[in-house]
Amino acid sequence: MARQFKTAALSVVVISCLAAGQPLLAQQSPDSTARRQQRMLDSVVATLRAVQARLDSLERTVAAASIPAEAPPAAGPSRAGGAYMSIGFDALSDFGWSTTPDVASLQRGDHDPKVRGFTIPNVELTFEGAVDPYFKGFSALVYKLDANGETHVELEEAWAQTTSLPWNLQAKAGQFLTEFGRQNAQHPHAWAFVDQPLVLNRMFGPDGLRGQGAKLSWLLPTDFYTEATVAVLNSAGGTAFSFRSDASGDIHGGTPVERPVGSLTDLLVVPRLAASVDLTDTQTLVVGASAAFGPNNSGPNSRTQMYGVDAYYKWKAETGQAGFPFASWQTEVITRRYDAAARTAQLAPGGTLPAETLNDWGGYSQLLWGIRPRIIAGLRGEIARGGAAAFASDLRGDQERVSPNFTWYPSEFSKLRLQYNYDRRAGLPDEHSLWLQFEFMLGAHAAHKF
Amino acid sequence: MTFIAVPKLAITALLALSTVTPPTTKKLNVVATTPDLAALAREIGGDAVDVKALAKPSEDPHFVDAKPSHIITLNRADVLIEGGAELEIGWLPPLLESARNGRLAAGSPGLIVASDGIKMLEVPTTLDRSRGDVHALGNPHFIIDPVAAKIVASHIAMHLAQVDPSSAALFKANLARFNAAVDAKYVEWQKTLAPFRGMKIVTYHNDFVYFADRFKLDVVETLEPKPGIAPSPAHLAKVIATMNSENARVVLVQPYQNRKTAETVARQANGTVLDVSQQPGAIKGTDTYVELMDTLVHSVAAALQVKR
Repeated sequence: MARQFKTAALSVVVISCLAAGQPLLAQQSPDSTARRQQRMLDSVVATLRAVQARLDSLERTVAAASIPAEAPPAAGPSRAGGAYMSIGFDALSDFGWSTTPDVASLQRGDHDPKVRGFTIPNVELTFEGAVDPYFKGFSALVYKLDANGETHVELEEAWAQTTSLPWNLQAKAGQFLTEFGRQNAQHPHAWAFVDQPLVLNRMFGPDGLRGQGAKLSWLLPTDFYTEATVAVLNSAGGTAFSFRSDASGDIHGGTPVERPVGSLTDLLVVPRLAASVDLTDTQTLVVGASAAFGPNNSGPNSRTQMYGVDAYYKWKAETGQAGFPFASWQTEVITRRYDAAARTAQLAPGGTLPAETLNDWGGYSQLLWGIRPRIIAGLRGEIARGGAAAFASDLRGDQERVSPNFTWYPSEFSKLRLQYNYDRRAGLPDEHSLWLQFEFMLGAHAAHKF
Repeated sequence: MTFIAVPKLAITALLALSTVTPPTTKKLNVVATTPDLAALAREIGGDAVDVKALAKPSEDPHFVDAKPSHIITLNRADVLIEGGAELEIGWLPPLLESARNGRLAAGSPGLIVASDGIKMLEVPTTLDRSRGDVHALGNPHFIIDPVAAKIVASHIAMHLAQVDPSSAALFKANLARFNAAVDAKYVEWQKTLAPFRGMKIVTYHNDFVYFADRFKLDVVETLEPKPGIAPSPAHLAKVIATMNSENARVVLVQPYQNRKTAETVARQANGTVLDVSQQPGAIKGTDTYVELMDTLVHSVAAALQVKR
């Protein structure tokens, strides 16, 4: 690509030189052409010498000026350190125990604690900055250690976003966490609990709804905040879990079929509408509705629809110290209608499963109380339900979870969190788990979205 | 179908509005991150501007919620005044990103960074967070230095004139009036605090260094051991010891800081807590910059007089 570009640029230069020279060649003898070229060469050399001299003198001036200067106000160290790009590093680690030795069956999220003992489920390297006057760029590389200590790397996000489109529009393209509800688009270190909510795991898979695609958002000209977005993504892969995912057998119990992209309707479409009002000077409410439509690979023509609603309420004291005390409430409910085609059963070789519609829903509700600076108590209740099906599934079974937790931030750059999970699953014994999470952050100062 | 109809309707409505409203009466929408900057904008902008502050007077300017309503405010702003020096780093960047307002882009006349051109104090020589949440560009609490406030006011006048050249004369006149008022008061403020030069004070956060530097007071301790780090009992014991040995008897506290901690310390060091604010409007009768400084200077002088 770069090479092609170079060749193209070179040829443009050569052609323009030739074009410029053409009339001269036509009028003059070869002898005068040579003289003229010599003169041109001489003048170029002279110009270069002048430029060199000017550069030398400028360098001397700069050197002379910087010697006596104590510390000019604008030349702070961050200008050098933060030049062009902010770099951030964030590490999450979990330690704890569960009454089940098969922790992974209980904690299905990719960034959840996975084993009794230690887990490092999310180490994130982020790069962020202005690309040019037209785009902002962001990328997050995530390193995860599995139960055997093997490192897995994923390109979690890499996108560019416009900064100056007209009519309050904003476009984003690349690989990104999709805005479906509130939590899906947040990185694990911004979560208020140690683990991924059950419903997000069941609907979006262990890594959330994320993919390669493009998004267009529009800030409506209303008096209060209203934003409409629509994202179009590839519908394949583990991060399009309810669509053309290799792991879709966890949802429909059959063997996924090969399903190439035949038309535009085989892409995944995620619309969202969000609105917010300040109820009083100290209280804010944000509500949203999201949906996702796309093909699934239980059969060649089957499709999935998901709908979600979410709400977030926050009260912050009038004279809050470092943003405390505060109280917040966040809830999301998501339903899924998965049209499964007639398919080969995964667990019963040779068996088939009939065409059927699989209805699932679930939700969570969480309360946070910021008691005093840097100390937060939280309580989350969750429910997940799977409708009738012709097969048994671990993932679609009825489940409830209650999680009280307690978080202490020694500073804005570190965090200690203790969380207890009580899990109830249909047909399985109740489980109790206790997790301690530690997070630290280096580099760029985190800015918090509401 | 309705999806297309809505923007059409909105555009028609907007067009109708813009034709009805004569352009001359359109005031500039000026947004300031904090009330102190908003007060300066009102002085300079006068009747040609509508000014709105994002942070409330009682709110810690380091920890403002990035509420969606602020996105709308910023989306419709013609001019934004930010404190700079990373004061708003925890909340302004995501708001600006969502606000998608090209008028406020870095380098455009619509963006005023107050810290530009201020001789910053406490610029760290190394960036090391074991020293707390230090701001890489220096201490951002400079507005209560009248000399700094005049520099900020001149920046505001310059930028406003670029954005709205038709009111340039007004901004220039307002700046001259503001400067004259501050100059006249400055002499009085220096006189008021002159008897207390060299006296030692304690503050909660390290937010009075510019004030102390200008009026020759000495901040001997802060209740926060390091910027943004909560006071520990061991550190408070050290503060009390310092207050006693250095004869520092006044602890300055802003509305969003922990008054109880300050009271405990003051009690054990035979001192007093002085409630002050750097934000206009937090204390009654301090809506303008001059009123704010008047109140601040006189209350500090009164407290130091008692504890002399």
